[in-house]
Amino acid sequence: MYIARSSRIAARKLGEEMLVMSGLDSTLFTLNATATILWQAADGETPLQQIVERRICGEFDVAQPEALRDAEMLAETLARHGILVVSDRPIAGAASSKA
Amino acid sequence: MIAIGGVAVAVNTTDSAFFALLQERYSGFVDDAAAAEFEFDIDLRRPVGLQPDAPVQVTCRDGRWYMQRGDFQAELEPASGRGRIRQTANPYSIDAVLRITHSLLLARHGGFLLHSASAVRNGKAFLFAGVSGAGKTTIARLAPRDATLLTDEISYVRKSGEVYQAFGTPFAGELAKLGENVSAPVSAVYLLAQGDTNRVEPVGEADAGRGVLANLLFFAEEPDMVHKAFEAACDFVKCVPVYRLTFVPDQRVWELIG
Repeated sequence: MYIARSSRIAARKLGEEMLVMSGLDSTLFTLNATATILWQAADGETPLQQIVERRICGEFDVAQPEALRDAEMLAETLARHGILVVSDRPIAGAASSKA
Repeated sequence: MIAIGGVAVAVNTTDSAFFALLQERYSGFVDDAAAAEFEFDIDLRRPVGLQPDAPVQVTCRDGRWYMQRGDFQAELEPASGRGRIRQTANPYSIDAVLRITHSLLLARHGGFLLHSASAVRNGKAFLFAGVSGAGKTTIARLAPRDATLLTDEISYVRKSGEVYQAFGTPFAGELAKLGENVSAPVSAVYLLAQGDTNRVEPVGEADAGRGVLANLLFFAEEPDMVHKAFEAACDFVKCVPVYRLTFVPDQRVWELIG
Protein backbone atom coordinates (compact mmCIF):
# COMPACT_ATOMS: atom_id res chain seq x y z
CA MET A 1 0.00 0.00 0.00
CA TYR A 2 1.17 3.50 -0.83
CA ILE A 3 -0.19 6.66 0.73
CA ALA A 4 -0.04 10.31 -0.28
CA ARG A 5 -1.37 13.51 1.22
CA SER A 6 -4.43 14.74 -0.57
CA SER A 7 -4.00 18.01 -2.45
CA ARG A 8 -7.51 19.11 -1.52
CA ILE A 9 -6.78 19.78 2.11
CA ALA A 10 -5.11 22.39 4.30
CA ALA A 11 -2.92 21.27 7.18
CA ARG A 12 -0.87 22.85 9.92
CA LYS A 13 0.87 21.61 13.02
CA LEU A 14 -0.21 23.71 16.00
CA GLY A 15 1.52 22.86 19.23
CA GLU A 16 2.00 19.12 19.09
CA GLU A 17 -1.12 18.40 17.05
CA MET A 18 -1.75 18.24 13.32
CA LEU A 19 -4.92 19.98 12.21
CA VAL A 20 -6.23 19.10 8.79
CA MET A 21 -9.17 20.71 7.03
CA SER A 22 -10.94 19.24 4.04
CA GLY A 23 -11.00 21.66 1.13
CA LEU A 24 -14.21 20.10 -0.08
CA ASP A 25 -16.47 20.54 2.92
CA SER A 26 -14.33 22.36 5.53
CA THR A 27 -14.51 19.42 7.96
CA LEU A 28 -11.71 19.78 10.50
CA PHE A 29 -9.71 16.79 11.71
CA THR A 30 -7.10 16.51 14.43
CA LEU A 31 -4.58 13.75 13.81
CA ASN A 32 -3.24 11.78 16.73
CA ALA A 33 0.47 11.02 17.02
CA THR A 34 0.36 7.90 14.83
CA ALA A 35 -1.79 9.55 12.20
CA THR A 36 0.55 12.55 12.17
CA ILE A 37 3.53 10.29 11.48
CA LEU A 38 1.68 8.63 8.61
CA TRP A 39 0.58 11.99 7.29
CA GLN A 40 4.05 13.50 7.32
CA ALA A 41 5.59 10.41 5.71
CA ALA A 42 2.88 10.07 3.03
CA ASP A 43 4.95 11.00 -0.03
CA GLY A 44 3.29 8.59 -2.43
CA GLU A 45 6.60 6.77 -2.98
CA THR A 46 7.46 5.07 0.30
CA PRO A 47 5.50 1.87 0.90
CA LEU A 48 3.35 1.98 4.01
CA GLN A 49 5.13 -1.10 5.33
CA GLN A 50 8.42 0.78 5.26
CA ILE A 51 6.88 3.82 6.98
CA VAL A 52 5.56 1.58 9.72
CA GLU A 53 8.87 -0.25 10.19
CA ARG A 54 10.99 2.88 10.26
CA ARG A 55 8.76 5.44 11.92
CA ILE A 56 6.13 3.68 14.03
CA CYS A 57 7.43 0.37 15.39
CA GLY A 58 10.42 1.95 17.06
CA GLU A 59 8.58 5.03 18.24
CA PHE A 60 5.74 3.15 19.90
CA ASP A 61 7.41 -0.19 20.65
CA VAL A 62 4.82 -2.24 18.77
CA ALA A 63 5.19 -5.40 16.71
CA GLN A 64 5.33 -4.86 12.96
CA PRO A 65 2.39 -7.03 11.83
CA GLU A 66 0.01 -5.41 14.31
CA ALA A 67 1.33 -1.93 13.60
CA LEU A 68 0.96 -2.44 9.84
CA ARG A 69 -2.58 -3.73 10.18
CA ASP A 70 -3.52 -0.71 12.32
CA ALA A 71 -1.77 1.67 9.92
CA GLU A 72 -3.64 0.24 6.94
CA MET A 73 -6.96 0.70 8.71
CA LEU A 74 -6.01 4.23 9.73
CA ALA A 75 -4.92 5.08 6.19
CA GLU A 76 -8.20 3.81 4.79
CA THR A 77 -10.15 5.85 7.33
CA LEU A 78 -8.22 8.99 6.42
CA ALA A 79 -8.75 8.22 2.74
CA ARG A 80 -12.51 7.96 3.27
CA HIS A 81 -12.40 11.49 4.68
CA GLY A 82 -10.41 12.72 1.70
CA ILE A 83 -7.25 13.44 3.69
CA LEU A 84 -5.05 10.75 2.21
CA VAL A 85 -4.89 9.06 -1.14
CA VAL A 86 -4.33 5.30 -0.95
CA SER A 87 -3.10 3.06 -3.76
CA ASP A 88 -1.52 -0.33 -4.27
CA ARG A 89 1.16 1.27 -6.43
CA PRO A 90 3.28 4.44 -6.13
CA ILE A 91 1.22 7.61 -6.50
CA ALA A 92 2.55 9.95 -9.15
CA GLY A 93 2.44 13.69 -8.52
CA ALA A 94 1.85 13.27 -4.81
CA ALA A 95 1.61 16.47 -2.73
CA SER A 96 5.23 17.24 -2.12
CA SER A 97 5.05 20.10 0.34
CA LYS A 98 6.01 19.16 3.87
CA ALA A 99 3.04 19.42 6.12
CA MET B 1 -21.67 52.95 -0.18
CA ILE B 2 -21.42 50.54 2.77
CA ALA B 3 -17.91 50.63 4.21
CA ILE B 4 -16.92 47.86 6.63
CA GLY B 5 -13.36 47.19 7.68
CA GLY B 6 -12.18 49.96 5.41
CA VAL B 7 -13.67 48.24 2.37
CA ALA B 8 -16.46 50.09 0.59
CA VAL B 9 -19.15 48.20 -1.28
CA ALA B 10 -21.53 50.19 -3.46
CA VAL B 11 -25.09 48.91 -3.61
CA ASN B 12 -27.23 50.25 -6.45
CA THR B 13 -31.01 50.09 -6.46
CA THR B 14 -33.67 52.07 -8.28
CA ASP B 15 -36.20 51.38 -5.52
CA SER B 16 -36.27 54.44 -3.27
CA ALA B 17 -37.99 52.64 -0.38
CA PHE B 18 -35.38 49.87 -0.38
CA PHE B 19 -32.62 52.44 -0.67
CA ALA B 20 -33.98 54.25 2.40
CA LEU B 21 -34.15 50.94 4.26
CA LEU B 22 -30.50 50.26 3.49
CA GLN B 23 -29.46 53.76 4.51
CA GLU B 24 -31.11 53.24 7.89
CA ARG B 25 -29.97 49.65 8.38
CA TYR B 26 -26.30 50.46 7.76
CA SER B 27 -26.23 53.96 9.23
CA GLY B 28 -22.82 54.54 10.75
CA PHE B 29 -21.30 52.47 7.97
CA VAL B 30 -22.58 54.51 5.03
CA ASP B 31 -19.77 56.50 3.43
CA ASP B 32 -20.68 57.96 0.06
CA ALA B 33 -17.29 59.60 -0.24
CA ALA B 34 -15.42 56.28 -0.13
CA ALA B 35 -14.09 54.66 -3.29
CA ALA B 36 -15.98 51.45 -3.92
CA GLU B 37 -13.96 48.29 -4.11
CA PHE B 38 -17.02 46.31 -5.18
CA GLU B 39 -20.30 47.36 -6.70
CA PHE B 40 -23.54 45.39 -6.74
CA ASP B 41 -26.65 46.14 -8.77
CA ILE B 42 -29.73 44.92 -6.97
CA ASP B 43 -32.61 43.40 -8.90
CA LEU B 44 -35.60 43.36 -6.54
CA ARG B 45 -37.26 40.24 -7.78
CA ARG B 46 -37.70 36.88 -6.12
CA PRO B 47 -34.89 34.49 -7.13
CA VAL B 48 -35.97 31.61 -9.33
CA GLY B 49 -35.32 27.93 -9.10
CA LEU B 50 -34.42 27.92 -5.39
CA GLN B 51 -36.07 26.22 -2.45
CA PRO B 52 -37.00 28.89 0.14
CA ASP B 53 -34.97 27.18 2.85
CA ALA B 54 -31.99 26.28 0.66
CA PRO B 55 -28.70 26.73 2.57
CA VAL B 56 -26.05 29.17 1.47
CA GLN B 57 -23.79 28.04 -1.37
CA VAL B 58 -20.72 29.85 -2.62
CA THR B 59 -18.85 28.57 -5.64
CA CYS B 60 -16.26 29.89 -8.05
CA ARG B 61 -16.45 29.34 -11.80
CA ASP B 62 -14.50 31.02 -14.56
CA GLY B 63 -13.22 33.70 -12.20
CA ARG B 64 -16.67 34.65 -10.92
CA TRP B 65 -18.14 34.05 -7.50
CA TYR B 66 -21.68 32.68 -7.33
CA MET B 67 -23.56 33.02 -4.05
CA GLN B 68 -27.03 31.79 -3.35
CA ARG B 69 -29.41 30.92 -0.58
CA GLY B 70 -33.15 30.37 -0.56
CA ASP B 71 -33.73 34.13 -0.56
CA PHE B 72 -31.10 35.48 -2.98
CA GLN B 73 -28.87 34.79 -5.94
CA ALA B 74 -25.74 36.85 -6.43
CA GLU B 75 -22.64 36.87 -8.53
CA LEU B 76 -19.48 38.87 -8.35
CA GLU B 77 -16.51 39.23 -10.68
CA PRO B 78 -13.58 40.05 -8.40
CA ALA B 79 -11.41 41.28 -11.26
CA SER B 80 -13.79 44.10 -12.18
CA GLY B 81 -15.40 44.40 -8.74
CA ARG B 82 -18.85 44.29 -10.37
CA GLY B 83 -21.69 42.06 -9.37
CA ARG B 84 -25.43 41.73 -9.13
CA ILE B 85 -27.90 40.45 -6.59
CA ARG B 86 -31.38 39.15 -7.20
CA GLN B 87 -33.49 39.27 -4.06
CA THR B 88 -36.73 40.58 -2.62
CA ALA B 89 -36.71 43.75 -0.47
CA ASN B 90 -35.40 41.72 2.45
CA PRO B 91 -32.45 43.35 4.23
CA TYR B 92 -31.26 39.96 5.53
CA SER B 93 -30.45 38.96 1.97
CA ILE B 94 -28.11 41.87 1.27
CA ASP B 95 -26.69 41.34 4.76
CA ALA B 96 -25.70 37.79 3.82
CA VAL B 97 -24.18 38.90 0.51
CA LEU B 98 -22.08 41.49 2.30
CA ARG B 99 -20.85 38.94 4.85
CA ILE B 100 -19.95 36.46 2.12
CA THR B 101 -18.20 39.11 0.02
CA HIS B 102 -16.16 40.37 2.93
CA SER B 103 -15.24 36.85 4.04
CA LEU B 104 -13.90 36.09 0.56
CA LEU B 105 -11.96 39.34 0.42
CA LEU B 106 -10.53 38.92 3.91
CA ALA B 107 -9.37 35.35 3.21
CA ARG B 108 -7.22 36.61 0.34
CA HIS B 109 -5.34 38.87 2.74
CA GLY B 110 -5.04 36.76 5.89
CA GLY B 111 -8.16 38.05 7.64
CA PHE B 112 -11.55 36.55 8.45
CA LEU B 113 -14.99 36.95 9.95
CA LEU B 114 -15.45 35.25 13.31
CA HIS B 115 -18.59 34.29 15.18
CA SER B 116 -17.74 36.46 18.14
CA ALA B 117 -18.60 39.62 19.99
CA SER B 118 -15.83 42.18 20.13
CA ALA B 119 -15.15 45.41 21.97
CA VAL B 120 -12.42 47.98 22.33
CA ARG B 121 -11.11 48.88 25.75
CA ASN B 122 -8.04 50.97 26.50
CA GLY B 123 -7.22 51.08 22.79
CA LYS B 124 -7.20 47.29 22.43
CA ALA B 125 -9.74 44.98 20.85
CA PHE B 126 -10.95 41.83 22.56
CA LEU B 127 -12.91 39.09 20.83
CA PHE B 128 -15.36 36.76 22.58
CA ALA B 129 -15.99 33.73 20.45
CA GLY B 130 -18.64 31.06 20.67
CA VAL B 131 -21.61 29.51 18.93
CA SER B 132 -25.17 30.58 19.54
CA GLY B 133 -25.92 30.49 23.25
CA ALA B 134 -22.29 30.67 24.36
CA GLY B 135 -22.73 34.17 25.77
CA LYS B 136 -21.58 36.58 23.07
CA THR B 137 -24.54 38.91 23.46
CA THR B 138 -24.41 38.56 27.25
CA ILE B 139 -20.76 39.64 27.32
CA ALA B 140 -21.64 42.55 25.03
CA ARG B 141 -24.56 43.60 27.24
CA LEU B 142 -22.36 43.52 30.33
CA ALA B 143 -19.67 45.72 28.78
CA PRO B 144 -18.80 48.74 30.95
CA ARG B 145 -19.14 52.32 29.76
CA ASP B 146 -15.45 52.58 28.89
CA ALA B 147 -15.71 49.72 26.38
CA THR B 148 -16.77 50.42 22.79
CA LEU B 149 -18.78 47.62 21.23
CA LEU B 150 -17.69 46.55 17.76
CA THR B 151 -20.30 43.80 17.40
CA ASP B 152 -22.20 41.25 19.45
CA GLU B 153 -22.27 38.65 16.67
CA ILE B 154 -19.74 38.78 13.83
CA SER B 155 -16.26 40.21 14.27
CA TYR B 156 -14.21 41.53 11.40
CA VAL B 157 -10.49 40.82 11.62
CA ARG B 158 -8.12 42.21 9.07
CA LYS B 159 -4.38 41.62 8.86
CA SER B 160 -2.21 44.66 8.34
CA GLY B 161 1.48 43.72 8.26
CA GLU B 162 1.98 41.68 11.41
CA VAL B 163 -0.91 43.32 13.27
CA TYR B 164 -4.46 42.01 13.38
CA GLN B 165 -7.04 44.78 13.53
CA ALA B 166 -10.67 44.29 14.60
CA PHE B 167 -13.31 46.51 13.03
CA GLY B 168 -16.85 47.37 14.03
CA THR B 169 -19.57 45.83 11.90
CA PRO B 170 -23.27 46.37 11.28
CA PHE B 171 -23.84 42.63 11.69
CA ALA B 172 -25.87 42.52 14.87
CA GLY B 173 -27.07 39.55 16.88
CA GLU B 174 -29.70 39.51 19.59
CA LEU B 175 -28.55 42.91 20.78
CA ALA B 176 -30.07 44.27 17.55
CA LYS B 177 -27.64 47.13 17.66
CA LEU B 178 -24.99 48.08 15.11
CA GLY B 179 -21.43 48.13 16.30
CA GLU B 180 -19.39 51.32 16.39
CA ASN B 181 -17.50 52.00 13.20
CA VAL B 182 -14.06 52.04 14.80
CA SER B 183 -11.13 49.65 14.97
CA ALA B 184 -8.29 48.61 17.23
CA PRO B 185 -5.48 46.02 17.27
CA VAL B 186 -6.62 42.64 18.58
CA SER B 187 -5.12 41.99 21.98
CA ALA B 188 -6.75 38.65 22.84
CA VAL B 189 -9.45 36.18 21.91
CA TYR B 190 -11.61 34.60 24.60
CA LEU B 191 -13.38 31.30 23.95
CA LEU B 192 -16.58 31.59 25.97
CA ALA B 193 -17.86 29.12 28.52
CA GLN B 194 -20.51 29.77 31.14
CA GLY B 195 -19.88 28.67 34.69
CA ASP B 196 -20.21 29.51 38.35
CA THR B 197 -17.02 31.50 38.58
CA ASN B 198 -15.09 34.01 36.50
CA ARG B 199 -11.74 32.77 35.32
CA VAL B 200 -9.36 33.11 32.42
CA GLU B 201 -7.18 30.19 31.37
CA PRO B 202 -4.60 30.22 28.59
CA VAL B 203 -5.32 27.83 25.77
CA GLY B 204 -2.67 25.84 23.90
CA GLU B 205 -2.06 26.48 20.22
CA ALA B 206 -3.96 23.44 18.98
CA ASP B 207 -7.02 24.22 21.10
CA ALA B 208 -6.74 27.87 20.05
CA GLY B 209 -6.69 26.83 16.40
CA ARG B 210 -9.67 24.55 16.87
CA GLY B 211 -11.54 27.26 18.78
CA VAL B 212 -11.01 29.87 16.09
CA LEU B 213 -11.71 27.48 13.22
CA ALA B 214 -14.92 26.29 14.88
CA ASN B 215 -16.17 29.88 14.90
CA LEU B 216 -14.87 30.99 11.52
CA LEU B 217 -17.46 32.24 9.07
CA PHE B 218 -16.54 30.88 5.72
CA PHE B 219 -18.86 29.77 2.98
CA ALA B 220 -16.89 28.98 -0.15
CA GLU B 221 -16.87 25.39 -1.39
CA GLU B 222 -13.60 25.88 -3.19
CA PRO B 223 -10.43 24.18 -1.89
CA ASP B 224 -8.09 27.07 -2.61
CA MET B 225 -10.24 29.53 -0.66
CA VAL B 226 -10.78 27.07 2.18
CA HIS B 227 -7.02 26.70 2.31
CA LYS B 228 -6.58 30.47 2.59
CA ALA B 229 -9.17 30.76 5.37
CA PHE B 230 -7.55 27.87 7.26
CA GLU B 231 -4.07 29.39 6.97
CA ALA B 232 -5.42 32.77 8.09
CA ALA B 233 -6.84 31.23 11.27
CA CYS B 234 -3.65 29.24 12.01
CA ASP B 235 -1.42 32.28 11.46
CA PHE B 236 -3.69 34.31 13.71
CA VAL B 237 -3.44 31.99 16.74
CA LYS B 238 0.33 32.03 16.45
CA CYS B 239 0.27 35.81 16.90
CA VAL B 240 -2.67 36.55 19.19
CA PRO B 241 -3.14 34.94 22.62
CA VAL B 242 -6.28 32.85 23.04
CA TYR B 243 -7.88 32.14 26.40
CA ARG B 244 -10.85 30.26 27.71
CA LEU B 245 -13.11 32.64 29.58
CA THR B 246 -15.50 30.99 31.99
CA PHE B 247 -17.88 33.56 33.35
CA VAL B 248 -20.83 34.28 35.50
CA PRO B 249 -23.28 36.51 33.65
CA ASP B 250 -22.67 39.69 35.60
CA GLN B 251 -20.44 42.71 35.14
CA ARG B 252 -17.59 41.39 37.30
CA VAL B 253 -16.35 39.39 34.31
CA TRP B 254 -15.15 42.61 32.73
CA GLU B 255 -12.68 43.06 35.59
CA LEU B 256 -10.68 40.34 33.85
CA ILE B 257 -10.72 42.04 30.45
CA GLY B 258 -8.44 44.81 29.22
